[in-house]
Amino acid sequence: MVKLLTGNALLRGDVLWWDGTGWSLSIADAVALEPAEGAAILGREAVGERISDLALIDAEAVDGRFRPVKIRERIRGFGPTVRPDLAVDEQDWR
Amino acid sequence: MYQYDDIDQAVVDARVAEYRDQLERRLSGALDEDHFKPLRLKNGLYLQLHAYMLRVAIPYGTLSGRQLRMLGHVARQYDRGYGHFTTRQNIQYNWIRLEESADLLADLASVEMHAIQTSGNCIRNISSDQYAGAAADEVDDPRPWAELLRQWSSFHPEFSYLPRKFKIAVIASETDRAAMKLHDIGLQLVHRKGEIGFRVYVGGGMGRTPIIAPMIRDFLPTGDFLSYCEAILRVYNRYGRRDNIYKARIKILVHDLGASEFARQVEEEHAHVKTLGLDAPEAEIARIRDFFAPPAFEAGLCETLDRGDPDFALWVDRQVAAHKAPGYRIVNISLKPVGKIPGDASADQMDVIADLAERYAFDEIRVTHAQNLVLPHVKASDLQAVWEALDAAGLADANLDLATDIIACPGMDYCTLANARSIPVAQTLAALLAPREAELGELKIKVSGCINGCGHHHAGHIGILGVDRKGNENYQLLLGGSGAEDTSLAKILGPGFDEAGIVVAVEKVTSAYLAQRAEGERFLDTYRRLGAAPFKAAVYGETVNG
Repeated sequence: MVKLLTGNALLRGDVLWWDGTGWSLSIADAVALEPAEGAAILGREAVGERISDLALIDAEAVDGRFRPVKIRERIRGFGPTVRPDLAVDEQDWR
Repeated sequence: MYQYDDIDQAVVDARVAEYRDQLERRLSGALDEDHFKPLRLKNGLYLQLHAYMLRVAIPYGTLSGRQLRMLGHVARQYDRGYGHFTTRQNIQYNWIRLEESADLLADLASVEMHAIQTSGNCIRNISSDQYAGAAADEVDDPRPWAELLRQWSSFHPEFSYLPRKFKIAVIASETDRAAMKLHDIGLQLVHRKGEIGFRVYVGGGMGRTPIIAPMIRDFLPTGDFLSYCEAILRVYNRYGRRDNIYKARIKILVHDLGASEFARQVEEEHAHVKTLGLDAPEAEIARIRDFFAPPAFEAGLCETLDRGDPDFALWVDRQVAAHKAPGYRIVNISLKPVGKIPGDASADQMDVIADLAERYAFDEIRVTHAQNLVLPHVKASDLQAVWEALDAAGLADANLDLATDIIACPGMDYCTLANARSIPVAQTLAALLAPREAELGELKIKVSGCINGCGHHHAGHIGILGVDRKGNENYQLLLGGSGAEDTSLAKILGPGFDEAGIVVAVEKVTSAYLAQRAEGERFLDTYRRLGAAPFKAAVYGETVNG
């Protein structure tokens, strides 16, 4: 199963997604990674300690995009379902 | 209200300075995350699902207008314009930026507030009755004793690393508005032969293993108050399990030892602790008590109301409670408008309530464990003006203890621990039941998004527990709980449901109640009379036995 690399920005706590070259606030920019590739990037990014709670999470392809398998991670990516005005991405978490 | 003395203020200011230094070292890279995380948690700062979350302590749920206005300022300046009042009478902010967190804590300290001991295995915020000092049925004001506990438990060196977190409630009425018997220690002030003292309950709690606290002492003289609490904590600290987080709360120790053996050990420890001079001198108790002296209630006030406006009359009937002083009333402010998030208040709403408290309620606000607010001392003649101001701010819903007054934890919309969302279930249920809430009468629905039970599902007349079932949200239905003086634990009715199914199931339960209730019965009364069977039949048909 492919992975997405995610974490939280140290200063502001924002949820971040690895977009292939750096970090994005939008889950839509997240790139799917093979586990070994993801682990290597995670190890590299962990060194600076500017991203908290780094994790590789399971992802699945849906409608041509990759999204987290777990509901919790999808909500984490898209924002609280009860406050779409505060969402960081469109509310298609389901 | 209690006001900080120089020592209180110095302690809180020093803590802010210490945290600012820790934060600067983290941001500079001098501290790594493994070392910084426990430090920020000791200041109430968690990393949650979307951002940092700050939990601010509101001692025994009591606020001044200045403090509530500061909470509004924090929402506006440091968060996204709102805060969430919790079932422990605290407030949480969901979008805090770490880089601003020391400034935020400094702002809180300027109004005698902090976030200390809102996380970790220590004694947490002391909770109490939101009607304290106003209820006609209280034997004494419980707040001086809650304040004494606050001072005793703050930075208590022996109890900073308990086996698990520890929650204490203090009440002074036979009516329990604080879920007292569902705390690690529940203290009830009572009269006996002209003297006041405490009934002491130990080992209650919700969460994974719900237990109603047994009474271990039927009358504790006030002179032994702190030394006895110290003895309880010492026995727990010594023998509470540290090998298994799920068995580490004091309720497990009390259950495993048996209440009488636990009480014997506490008495034995107390005999020793009593000799150490821990109990507060009478002069100190009197000093604290003076802060809670009744406000200058006016005499000869008018008791009658103009009930010409039906909306106002309904609000009075549902949201206003009797007060011990003639001519005064207790005003309950609903934070449960149908379709909104239970317990949330905007910065602007906090400002409005702060203004009302200063103008009409002797500058006092209370937070309830049911996620509502209270103005404890309002003249009957001012109710119309208060209602109009609340109505203009979207705060005049009249649903106290009704089906739409639903407790809900943040659930999986915000919380990393949750297995399912709570808030959407509460919102859907509120919308469904609102047209029938008058007919349904008192009905306490409580929704938790995980087994930790922050939504108090075990104490709900109808409780809902969100669980993970093979990667999907699933909801268990529980019936028959109560956090009031008739404390009981709700029981699971049967197999769980998906999000749509749990709403249908609750609708069937309420319909079964309406069909089978006897004259004057609340839902809880009908459930207790009939048992689970008719509700199980209504929800599951004949397919579930037992």
